[in-house]
Amino acid sequence: MAHVATAVREPAAPARAGTLAVRLEHVSKSFGSRRVLNDVTFDVAAGSGFVILGRSGTGKSVTLKHIMGLVRPDGGKVLVDGDDISALDGPELSRVRKKLGFLFQNAALFDSISVGENVAFPMRRHTDLSDSDIRARATEKLTAVGLEKEYEKMPATLSGGMRKRAGLARALALDPKILLIDEPSAGLDPITADEIDDLLVGLKRSGGTTLIIVTHNIPSARKMGDTLAMLHEGQIVAQGTAEEMDRSDNEMVRAFMTSQHAG
Amino acid sequence: MLDRAGHAVTSLLAQIGEASLFAMKAAREVFLPPFEFRETLRQVYELGLRSAPLIAVSGMAVGVVLSMHTRASLERFGAESMIPAGLAIALVRETGPLTAGLLLSGRIGAGIGAELGAMRVTEQIDALEASAVDAFRYLVVTRVVACVIALPILTTLMNFAGMVGGFIAETSANGMSMGLYFTRAFSLIEFADYVPATIKTMVFGFIIATTSSYLGFNTSSGTEGVGRASTRAVVMSSILIIVSNVLLVRLIFFVFPKAGG
Repeated sequence: MAHVATAVREPAAPARAGTLAVRLEHVSKSFGSRRVLNDVTFDVAAGSGFVILGRSGTGKSVTLKHIMGLVRPDGGKVLVDGDDISALDGPELSRVRKKLGFLFQNAALFDSISVGENVAFPMRRHTDLSDSDIRARATEKLTAVGLEKEYEKMPATLSGGMRKRAGLARALALDPKILLIDEPSAGLDPITADEIDDLLVGLKRSGGTTLIIVTHNIPSARKMGDTLAMLHEGQIVAQGTAEEMDRSDNEMVRAFMTSQHAG
Repeated sequence: MLDRAGHAVTSLLAQIGEASLFAMKAAREVFLPPFEFRETLRQVYELGLRSAPLIAVSGMAVGVVLSMHTRASLERFGAESMIPAGLAIALVRETGPLTAGLLLSGRIGAGIGAELGAMRVTEQIDALEASAVDAFRYLVVTRVVACVIALPILTTLMNFAGMVGGFIAETSANGMSMGLYFTRAFSLIEFADYVPATIKTMVFGFIIATTSSYLGFNTSSGTEGVGRASTRAVVMSSILIIVSNVLLVRLIFFVFPKAGG
């Protein structure tokens, strides 16, 4: 319980250089009159799994979009591998984004090109690989998510779960240092969801990939998260390991941690 | 009541300001590297070449109708021989460019508004940005360049198709030969008739691409928003083309006095 915050925590003391993958410092964001994030601060250590929990509409996806630089904060800083992504633009912003992979909640596949070309797209844009090498690597990424036979199919012909897996393959295309994942198991059957969790844990363990995951799936969060954070009404109300969260003195956090919801 | 009206006016002015900044950004970035040649070529094909059948068929129909109207007027004065030249000048100076602009604001404007709108609501634009691709350059600038290239070419096609339509009407009415028809048609057309009026359509292309891209890029409210963006893209592009045409014709008369003669 000692490390479990029950209110907004003060920002952690700056970690040693090179050990932090992402740091949010006092980030606030409003859309119109609705305040979505209110002074959010947290650190994500490089090579760790950081899971953001919370009820629907509490700003979890918006937090991920801040880290990717898709949404700019009204106040505060978003440091990605040492760079304040919220202050960057143009080629500098692209340079930082190449270190990140993003799996969107609804996969967001480009529907005018095939599944394989979706995965190949980042490689075509940012590498000098030959066409055959790109195709081989895209197939390799699709194989990792069990979609090697779907290379030529159009996204519209895939099921929701398959689209999600194809989106993950695209997010992995450039072997990113930091992977942002919005609801990895939503729309997947339990077996496939487990396989995806195992794949992500494997990336973290063997490749040192930093995972930042938004999920409602508590078993999945326990498996992938070294640190879990609970976002409620735009604020981090608790943060710690799964065991610490289980023992939180915040009733809502305990209720969330014991829920059996798997999607 | 006054409050609501004031809010509506403020909101409209804010949107006009935003759209103007969007268009200025597009105009500036057309000339800045990196250039998306491959995507631009694809857009020239999608927006330009695939519009050719619509323009060719419409142009011929316009030519036939113009020829019939011109014949009805000139017959009274025994000036039927002037029909090909009169038709050609009417087409090249005004009817061709404006009709092509309006037709393409329908086809291209609706297409861009709906496509970018759908990409926005399904987060595909965010996905492009997440892939470290500048979505504005990739989606907007390429379409602007494609439209600016395609409009003059399609307008020339419309002019030619209109003349062919006029020939069909003439040869049906009095058996005029193709050689005589086209000799007469081109007899009075000068540089000042064709070039400024056709270059004017580059402005129409810019208007169509930036207006519909702006509306598509800023779509919200799901599929309903996509439909609204598509409809507004056509309406706004058409209005802006008609209004800008007045100013451009005035400018052409000022720079090329012979074009008004």
